[in-house]
Amino acid sequence: MELTGAEITIRCLQEEGAQYVFGYPGGAVLHIYDALFNQDQVKHVLVRHEQAAVHAADGYARSTDKVGVALVTSGPGVTNAVTGIATAYMDSIPMVIISGQVPTYAIGEDAFQEVDTVGITRPCVKHNFLVKDVNEIASTIKKAFYLAKSGRPGPVLVDIPKDISNQKTGFSYPSSVSIRSYHPPQHNDAGQIKSAVQLLLEARRPMIYSGGGVILADASRQLTELVHLLGFPCTNTLMGLGGFPATDSQFVGMLGMHGTYEANMGMQYCDVLLAVGARFDDRVVGNVKHFNQEKRKIIHIDIDPSSISKRVKVDIPIVGDVAKVLDSMLAELRSRKEILDKQAIAPWWAQIQEWRGKNCLFYKKSNEIIKPQSVIEKLYEVTRGDAFITSDVGQHQMWAAQYYKFDKPRRWINSGGLGTMGFGLPAAMGVQLANPDAAVACVTGEGSIQMCIQELSTCKQFHLPLKIIMLNNRYLGMVRQWQQFFHGNRYAESYMDALPDFIKLAEAYGHVGIRVEHPSDVEPALKEAFGLKRQLVFMDFITDPTENVFPMVQGGKGLSEVILAEDL
Amino acid sequence: MRHIISLLMENEAGALSRVSGLFSARGYNIESLTVAPTEDATMSRMTIVTSGSDEVIEQIYKQLNKLIEVFAVMDLSEGEHLERELMLVKVRAVGAAREEMKRMADIFRGSIIDVTDKTYTIQLTGTGNKLDSFLQAIDRSLILETVRTGASGIGRGDRILKL
Repeated sequence: MELTGAEITIRCLQEEGAQYVFGYPGGAVLHIYDALFNQDQVKHVLVRHEQAAVHAADGYARSTDKVGVALVTSGPGVTNAVTGIATAYMDSIPMVIISGQVPTYAIGEDAFQEVDTVGITRPCVKHNFLVKDVNEIASTIKKAFYLAKSGRPGPVLVDIPKDISNQKTGFSYPSSVSIRSYHPPQHNDAGQIKSAVQLLLEARRPMIYSGGGVILADASRQLTELVHLLGFPCTNTLMGLGGFPATDSQFVGMLGMHGTYEANMGMQYCDVLLAVGARFDDRVVGNVKHFNQEKRKIIHIDIDPSSISKRVKVDIPIVGDVAKVLDSMLAELRSRKEILDKQAIAPWWAQIQEWRGKNCLFYKKSNEIIKPQSVIEKLYEVTRGDAFITSDVGQHQMWAAQYYKFDKPRRWINSGGLGTMGFGLPAAMGVQLANPDAAVACVTGEGSIQMCIQELSTCKQFHLPLKIIMLNNRYLGMVRQWQQFFHGNRYAESYMDALPDFIKLAEAYGHVGIRVEHPSDVEPALKEAFGLKRQLVFMDFITDPTENVFPMVQGGKGLSEVILAEDL
Repeated sequence: MRHIISLLMENEAGALSRVSGLFSARGYNIESLTVAPTEDATMSRMTIVTSGSDEVIEQIYKQLNKLIEVFAVMDLSEGEHLERELMLVKVRAVGAAREEMKRMADIFRGSIIDVTDKTYTIQLTGTGNKLDSFLQAIDRSLILETVRTGASGIGRGDRILKL
């Protein structure tokens, strides 16, 4: 029996086990929507803006180990989706985006809702395809899922012209896939692993630094074992939180621009650094010249060779799947006769304890005004540290990362690389659909939430009982903080006037709104909200507008040149 | 430092723009870029002349390898290699210059491939340096037009870039 290209597209999604497709219909994808209508295996989630479709698919992927799927129409459907695609690309999230295109005969004629989708998305996808033959839809979608998930993951876009989705052909889904020019690294080098283990055993001031690669490779079990076996301190990047349990005594906190004093000093002054699925980016090591002033040996495990020695020169590169490499390292370590000399690193731990003594996450508590940090601490307590937390971008994101102690991977969902405001709410929708019984909270600000606030409507339609934790300081807080520190208190356009009444807004969308203005109300309000298991609760916390995020390593400075709250 | 990089990739629509887009997005230099299908028409061979520090060249190599449609990358300048470029120069060839121009073309082992009563079109192949030298050797005011292909490169002897 022959199927249309549209029916084949949906059959492919079924074959890939796609549970949800997040999308928005339009002219060029009408055949595909028709095919969706005639089945109920793949559920469609109608968003209110294509950016949200991609963020939702992204949140779905981040909170599971599955590929997220988004479906958008041509032209503005695609351009709206670009922010979401770039967000996923920067954080290496496996995703397949299906986009409609004008019919093949109209391509290049500036047709209605035509845009060069493959051209526009090229710099922010792992790969993309324009399908010009109905017989190639199945094999292309197969390739797209394979590319999205294998090697260093990333978004892959498949552009399908309208006439192609309406032509008919026979359907058989390929059982296997091979792309002759694509061979993701599989192996790991035994020699390199031996040298790495030797170096680790000789370390006197060791540090283990892990990033999003550990989460993506589902390697947190191996990482945790290794850290425990070695007895070394461990820090996580913003993307790597939950890769190693935050409540573990060997955890020294997040590192980087708003990382802890002990993590950053440990990075700067260690003699052997083991980097696992992390990429030494500017928000993590700051000024590379300053970082390189201290001599240390670096072992770097990453699946992407181009991440190695990109910003910081590495001594022992190990290319491969992080989980497999860590397995080999654990085996090598256990086969060694020499017993780890934990005494040898005792002075280093003493130094770290001294740095910890700075208590760098200290903030002044108040009985008068709600401190944003305290909201996150209460959120942690009320949810017993077991919620899925998504965030937007800004101060609230940093506070969530600093004060919510993530013990499990895939619980902390944020836009680390691109820093996309508007990510939190739609991402939380994907997380909630993937984890229907879990508590899912979106930590946001009054600036970020307004960038995708229309999704409150989607949440109503799909009964998503999210908890929105909005830290409302009436400022674009991170912008205001930089203006205070580096622009002479000139708060250019960072004050937000004429904010809506968020409670009424939440109610208008059919949700529950709770405003919290007093510190003593924070905990009871959170308990009430999380008690409403079936309803979305929008919590508007009126917080101290002058609060800043500390510690802070300002852009272009070194990791030891940190500003602490007490310095000001 | 100048590097000449060869790569073998799928002969697909848009493949060239993935390479050129990579160079512009990451701020790498392109001095020249040539591309054409190989004896196997499903593959294209590209030669890119670029320059940069060792770190930048290492990144270019890795980033090119990361492109899904690229089979293999070789930095030809890391070893023995040959490179050739083709140039067509249209010159004014009247009076005394007519004989002089033919003589110069012979010295540089060029050939005159089009003749009118006022012009010659000279074809020259060689390294970029040789082509530059020719342009410097002739009277600049007589040059009407030049067109160059950019360098194509190949490894010497056993250095082979193949699938």
